[in-house]
Amino acid sequence: MAKTVEEVADLMFNMVKDAQGQKKLKPMDLTKAMIEQYGDEVDKKLCKAAIKQLINSGRCVYTYFGGSYVELPHREGAAND
Amino acid sequence: MAETTYKTPLLDELEKGAWPSFVKEIKMAAKRSPMANDLLGQLEHSYKEKIGHWKHGGIVGVMGYGGGVIGRYSDMPAEFPGISHFHTMRINQPAGWFYTSESLRQLCDIWERHGSGLTNMHGSTGDIVFLGTRTEELEPTFEELAKIDFDIGGSGSDLRTPSCCNGMARCEWACYDTMQACYQLTQDFQDELHRPAFPYKFKFKFSGCPNDCVASIARADMSFIGTWRDDIQMDQAEVKKYADDGLDIQRDVVDRCPSKCMAWDGKELSIENSFCVKCMHCINVMPKALRPGKDRGCTILIGSKAPIVEGAQLSSVLVPFMKMEPPYDDLKDLIERIWDIWAEEGKNRERVGEFIQRVGLGNFLEAIEVEPIPEMVAHPRENPYVFYEEYYEEDEGEEEEAEA
Ligand code: SF4
Ligand code: SF4
Repeated sequence: MAKTVEEVADLMFNMVKDAQGQKKLKPMDLTKAMIEQYGDEVDKKLCKAAIKQLINSGRCVYTYFGGSYVELPHREGAAND
Repeated sequence: MAETTYKTPLLDELEKGAWPSFVKEIKMAAKRSPMANDLLGQLEHSYKEKIGHWKHGGIVGVMGYGGGVIGRYSDMPAEFPGISHFHTMRINQPAGWFYTSESLRQLCDIWERHGSGLTNMHGSTGDIVFLGTRTEELEPTFEELAKIDFDIGGSGSDLRTPSCCNGMARCEWACYDTMQACYQLTQDFQDELHRPAFPYKFKFKFSGCPNDCVASIARADMSFIGTWRDDIQMDQAEVKKYADDGLDIQRDVVDRCPSKCMAWDGKELSIENSFCVKCMHCINVMPKALRPGKDRGCTILIGSKAPIVEGAQLSSVLVPFMKMEPPYDDLKDLIERIWDIWAEEGKNRERVGEFIQRVGLGNFLEAIEVEPIPEMVAHPRENPYVFYEEYYEEDEGEEEEAEA
């Protein structure tokens, strides 16, 4: 059965949380992982919508370190007060 | 009012001479902005030490967007507190860079309220660049911009703010409406512009003719260059006037035609149009006598980039001719097929041109469902590495028949 946007967003959020501080994940890494794990239950469009929801809700943010990644909101090392 | 007045003997040198000086502009801004004032102080310090004092941030932005803000902090915040945060905002410029004076004033007022007041009109990306603000000022700036119908541009691994020459608005050579195409694709690909989902950046640039005023052939992953596919329009009476007025048509036009497809017998100019490579040289030299043909559209090229991870590349032809008419459905289909394969198979920080080189043009074309054609090959008649499978197979078949 096809997954909902909310379900995929939760699954992606867990991936980002588990990887935080260890590996930076690109949006395409999240999409590929979902398709690999859940096959026909997800597709690229659904994954795109899930990432949009994660970012719009503020649970995750985009970051840029040479390339763009999806991470949990945090204070970056370079930031001054 | 600024607190410290910095002595800036090294920067002062850059105010000398007849040309405009960014130092003069920063000094003017410093009269009102402590941020601009501390920028002068840090810059002078950097010039003295020959060391930059910026740290790059990678997380600041506005809610929901992944691009358009480039985080920057001073690494000497105690000495220069005004620029402790000094983030850059890229603002999507209007197509063709047309403004009313009122909108320019509104933009500057917003930036004086929320940032240093310093702008760069325009950055090499084409955007309006707002230089220097604090993290907490990003959202209020964004809100005020939205009220006057401006939006943030691209940065990071997304579609960068598309840009175009002012084409049909001002230029008689425009072979398609660059401003409309640029505006339409910007609107249609808002997600790709604000939500980075690619392996690396991707740029569109639209030039109305092969003069390529936005240098799309060198600076865009996908270049849209206006062209024509019928004959150059010619007015022999005007050609003669140029000759009578002293233009050496043989030396300055005919001999400089890169495809040697022109002839001048002293009275009449002739062009073998099937060999014309649409370089615009003759048209630029004799604008009253020659014009692009009437059957106009654009050539789509792919793959250029400046040297970053790897060296510079120029774009090469992907589609020799396409009519450029709204709603641009064929074009959008093609773009999405390219993004699909590149986003999925591209390595991190690999531009599409580098990706094509890595996987091979043949494989790339197969993936995006485009037939290979001679126009995609540089010097097709002289290149020994090009063969066409069907001819190859035919030859083999003939050989087998002969042997049988
Ligand atoms: S690229 Fe061509 S059409 Fe566009 S402004 Fe330049 S000369 Fe005119
Ligand atoms: S446009 Fe260039 S290639 Fe074509 S005829 Fe003129 S000079 Fe020759």
